[in-house]
Amino acid sequence: MSLKERFEITPGFRMWSLGLIGVGVLSLIIGFIVYGTGDAGHQAKFWGVLLHNSIYFLMVTNAVMFFFAATTLAMAGFQISFKRVTEAIAACVPVIGAITFVVMVIIVFGHKTMIYEWLDKTKVAKDAALSGKSGFLSPGFFMTWTIAAIGLWSIIGLKMRKISRQSDDHPLSLEEGKKFVFKNTVWASLFIVWYALTVAAVIPWLWMMSLAAHWYSTLYSWYIFASTFVAGVALISVFVVYMKNKGYLEYTNREHLHDLGKFQFAFSIFWTYLWFAQFMLIWYANISEETIYFKARAEGAYSGIFYLNLVINFLAPILIYMSTPSKRNYTIVTFMSVALLFGHWLDFYQIVFGSILPDQVTMNLFDFGIAAGFVGIIIYQTGRVMSKYPLLARNNPFFKESIIHYT
Amino acid sequence: MAIKKFVVGSFEDEAVLFRAVKKVRSAGYKLHDVYTPMAIHGLDKAMGLRDTSIPTAGFIYGITGTTTALLGITYTLVWDWPLNIGGKPHFSLPAWIPIMFELTVLFSAVGMTLTFCYLCQMAPFVRKHHFSLRSTDDRFVMVIECTAKTNEEELKSFLSQAGAEEVHTQMAETGWWLGSYSRNRKSFENPNAILA
Repeated sequence: MSLKERFEITPGFRMWSLGLIGVGVLSLIIGFIVYGTGDAGHQAKFWGVLLHNSIYFLMVTNAVMFFFAATTLAMAGFQISFKRVTEAIAACVPVIGAITFVVMVIIVFGHKTMIYEWLDKTKVAKDAALSGKSGFLSPGFFMTWTIAAIGLWSIIGLKMRKISRQSDDHPLSLEEGKKFVFKNTVWASLFIVWYALTVAAVIPWLWMMSLAAHWYSTLYSWYIFASTFVAGVALISVFVVYMKNKGYLEYTNREHLHDLGKFQFAFSIFWTYLWFAQFMLIWYANISEETIYFKARAEGAYSGIFYLNLVINFLAPILIYMSTPSKRNYTIVTFMSVALLFGHWLDFYQIVFGSILPDQVTMNLFDFGIAAGFVGIIIYQTGRVMSKYPLLARNNPFFKESIIHYT
Repeated sequence: MAIKKFVVGSFEDEAVLFRAVKKVRSAGYKLHDVYTPMAIHGLDKAMGLRDTSIPTAGFIYGITGTTTALLGITYTLVWDWPLNIGGKPHFSLPAWIPIMFELTVLFSAVGMTLTFCYLCQMAPFVRKHHFSLRSTDDRFVMVIECTAKTNEEELKSFLSQAGAEEVHTQMAETGWWLGSYSRNRKSFENPNAILA
């Protein structure tokens, strides 16, 4: 059997990815003309859309990086056969991270108070709750964490991908193999520590919870993590199914797809658990400064999106993914993965816009155009990285374990 | 039930066992069961067993639990004895979801355990024949039922060639019986059972 070592970018693939990026750029230009220079409401829409999409797609690709690091640290075997796809998606982190950084710089130093109300110094001085948080919600602290988070995610990710490719040149001896595995676990654990400090704690507080600056929830970061991790595994599944359809990844089969399906199923339940824990405590305590967050969402303009979100991200996976055959079916996994990617995009939509434009839902083609641009970037960058380096990590010590994997 | 004649082969290695199971099936012998010290992934498929229906049973038990909780709380808190708790509506679903979840888990866990015991014919005081006690320790034991067409000697040499370390014949009760360990101890007195 001859193995396809490298992904070949077909003209169709190039056309679709560049076309989607083109749609994104076009939406950005039209959006800037329509919304970018108008009053506060229009500007809130413009910067809100950029913020929502850049944060969502950055955190989803970074969740893929987390999947790569966590499975490496756990010395898991099953993912080795499609490891290079995971790595290629994770290579989008620096690209989308740069875009997110630019958006953050303009919002914070451009003084966009319609997005983050804590940027308004006179308002903060009058407000006891906000002035109490002013050490945390200040431009300096915000940008330090943003730079450190995006920078270290990118740097450790680059390093881990470089280490992973070191095994491609020649078969490893036992000693070399041990050293290789140890080096991988060290860097993976460094990434996970930093990931825990950022994604599971500070970054969602700063980037998203501070949109509703008075309100806080202690499990908020976990909720965001669960959301992005489900979407991240869904993204891996979509790419794995695509590569299988094109005849690549000869050693990946239904057993591996089954495991990805199980991850999606399990973390969808986990997401719902956190969603419900946050909702029920606030609903039960019924304190006005806490319930304000759900006012616009559960009862106001966003109630449709709020409950649709629960249908796509909880009811659909629990009912469709529950049986074993559905997790092993390429069509069902593709359908559910795309649905979950959209569902969590919608979840982020109501998180961002429920705070900055609480009175009405303004979702229109501009939102979808920018999202298409980011999807295009992910497709283009992933394809480019997959075509550059070997697709099979054939000298990885766990490669055989991955081939004979059986669930 | 009935007492039948079985040919019992003990294997030392699971890789050999896998090949032997495939050979026995393709040769058309009637495979009674395979007893192993630990669970072996893929053996059920190699033996040609159908997929288990325990998950389906679990789903049905689960939704039974959800419905029981919902109906039970609705009956007590909405219909039978409505109370004003913190000004919440009588039918306040979010507060009940934890209880509905717990009953779902309880019903499905207990139900699936009992179904599993029923399917495996396991219960207190229910005894079944052990073909080889070493299948609980270090041997993989394959049991083939002798039908009217089976040539016993041929089957024995077939099993030895397939890699079995020990091959012998046993007459055994196929069903279960109620009893104590003393009756079961007969399998210790059978020298073949100890050796194999």
